[in-house]
Amino acid sequence: MAKNKSPSMSLISVKEVSKQYNGHKALDKVSLTVPEGTVFGLLGPNGAGKTTLIRIINRITAPDEGIVFFDGQPLSATHISQIGYLPEERGLYKKMKAGEQALYLARLKGLSHDEALRRLKSWFTRLQIQDWWNRKVEELSKGMQQKLQFVVTVVHKPRLLILDEPFSGFDPINTDLIKKEILRLKAEGTTVVLSTHDMGSVEELCDNIALINRARVILQGNVHEIKAGYSKNLFDVHTRNELSTQLLSSLNAQSFELLSSSTRNGHHIYTFEIGYGQSPNHLLQAILLYAEILEFYEKLPSMHDIFVSAVKQQPINYPA
Amino acid sequence: MKKTWIIIQREYLTRVRKKSFIIMTILGPLLMAGLWIIPIYISTLGQGKKVVQVLDESGLFIDKFVSTENIRFVPVLLKLEEAKQAFLLSNDDALLYIPRTELSLPVTALLFSRSQPGIDLKAVIRDIMRRQAEALKLRAKGMDPEVMNSVKTRIILNSIKLADDGTEEKTSVEVSMALGLVGGFFIYFLIFLFGSQVMRGVIEEKANRIIEVIITSVKPFQLMAGKIIGVGLVGLTQFLIWVVFTGVLILGFQATQSDSIKNAPKHTPITTQKVMPPQQMQLVAEAEVEADKTLLEEAMEGIRQVNFPLVLSAFGFFFLGGYLLYAALFAAIGSAVESETDTQQFMLPVTVPLILSFILATYVINNPNSSLAIWFSIIPLTSPVVMMVRIPFGVPWWHLALSMFLLIVGFVFTTWLAARIYRTGILMYGKKVTWAELIRWFKYKV
Repeated sequence: MAKNKSPSMSLISVKEVSKQYNGHKALDKVSLTVPEGTVFGLLGPNGAGKTTLIRIINRITAPDEGIVFFDGQPLSATHISQIGYLPEERGLYKKMKAGEQALYLARLKGLSHDEALRRLKSWFTRLQIQDWWNRKVEELSKGMQQKLQFVVTVVHKPRLLILDEPFSGFDPINTDLIKKEILRLKAEGTTVVLSTHDMGSVEELCDNIALINRARVILQGNVHEIKAGYSKNLFDVHTRNELSTQLLSSLNAQSFELLSSSTRNGHHIYTFEIGYGQSPNHLLQAILLYAEILEFYEKLPSMHDIFVSAVKQQPINYPA
Repeated sequence: MKKTWIIIQREYLTRVRKKSFIIMTILGPLLMAGLWIIPIYISTLGQGKKVVQVLDESGLFIDKFVSTENIRFVPVLLKLEEAKQAFLLSNDDALLYIPRTELSLPVTALLFSRSQPGIDLKAVIRDIMRRQAEALKLRAKGMDPEVMNSVKTRIILNSIKLADDGTEEKTSVEVSMALGLVGGFFIYFLIFLFGSQVMRGVIEEKANRIIEVIITSVKPFQLMAGKIIGVGLVGLTQFLIWVVFTGVLILGFQATQSDSIKNAPKHTPITTQKVMPPQQMQLVAEAEVEADKTLLEEAMEGIRQVNFPLVLSAFGFFFLGGYLLYAALFAAIGSAVESETDTQQFMLPVTVPLILSFILATYVINNPNSSLAIWFSIIPLTSPVVMMVRIPFGVPWWHLALSMFLLIVGFVFTTWLAARIYRTGILMYGKKVTWAELIRWFKYKV
């Protein structure tokens, strides 16, 4: 059963889950699916209910209604050892030595002493914190502590990795290091649920997303498909030299309407809306003879724009 | 179960390795042995002979200042001012000045010394003067002081515990009292000490959020149980080290000092034979042998009569039971707050029974078999301290059995209660928790 799974099979499936705290609805009939072997972005403003959902998947708390499936079975205590959870609020015993602490937490996850030691040594080496094995956690820099926390989250090779704001507190170098590790784990078949406010990393890492606002899922699906759904046939052209007014009016006549133009760092940037019956290739062809083209791409809203628009229920503001 | 064991190990090892634990472990027995040894040591100290100059202007007392083993009295016949100067030039310890009075007996004297004169010395001088003054007064009233002496009686009351099977056992109430009070106090102290360690541990885990990581690996109950048991084992370890170490220290001291204890000075008995018929004399002689024992020897004998295996094992049981009972409640408190400063409102109701039992201890010690003492030694919240106070006086076995049974029931109950609050509390943040809130958590279905 565990073998030969198609990538589209879901590892986590949340069905109609509701949870209430003292009359306040934290989750209202939330349903979502996390396909196995993908990175899933769990997005939403603060207080939307993400942490509650994560806690339900972690079995820290139980839903009032609804059910969660792990690999097709109702989530139960036996699945917990297959989950690795990096909470948003990082926490380690300050007075304990880094290595000893990692060993303790790994053993609580069910690893034997020797196995845990072997794996931890290799993780410590890979993340370049091996020299800190015998130092107390309070002596470590924040970045080191974050790395240590990441290691204890993944050391038991969980099938599902839940990372809540994994990059906060990291410098760009360490952020890249952790991103690389996330993608490496994904390549090894780990499913990752990533809860973050950093939309850049969502575009970079996530295959699918669910956007939760006020206890409900308001947007869900494949990142590329979602973005394509917001396509308005807008294309940006960057050229070395300025386009002549003659050319622009000729383009306009071919239903390539110029919406805006600007100059930045020696790039002349033009935004065209491609009209009905036309294609981007024709636009490119028409310009090709008159200017040196530096960049050409479809102008899609960023995840940031989509996030803001969906949460505020406002149309996307396409930047000029 | 395996995970609980891993937690117990961590809780135990991190605490045992702490400097504060090692210091307490070494200091504890030194303090306890010190309580024992220092008074004995002091009584053997200060044996150096003291020299007291006596300037008796009245001339009534000088004959009575007879030098003893420890104090040598030297009469001086100077004027006071000269005597003072001569005293300052000498190496003597004190100068006693008894002024002449015209009409009455002198009852005021001055004792000059370079440093503070010892209480002993003052007591000896006062005693000699008092006796002489009394004798003089008696004689003035036409009474022979010898008659007075012959009437003086010392009552010796030995308490003997008569068991149901008729065996007699000499008891020392003083030793039982001391033992009960010390045992009760230690239970009280240790429950507080280790119970609050559990609470601090829970608060630490909650405050630094490691709880979220651990709780995805183990059940809240496992974590709570692991912590309580781990800390309890630390307490037990410390207790055992203290018992062994204190025992070794005291035995070692006794071995080296046994000679000086035996040779401790004895009071010279006042002979009363004259007025006594022969049979009675026999009894009195025996009693006087008893009376001759120094207080120290009496105490030693009393201690030898204590059933130490019973007292120590009861101590172990009531410490563990009481600790488990309270530690669970302390853990629940820890889970409900975010920092130690918030614990006050919840601490009070939990500590009231403990403090009450400690206050009761002084009453129980005087009335170990009163119904109040019996009830409070059976009710689980107060039994660890109160029963410990009662045990040295002898407790019917069924009191003990009932108390132990109820204590076990009690800690199972508080653990169950605490676990329900704990599992919700440890994940609650950013809320000032009230009692109503705690009750709501208790009812949560998780």
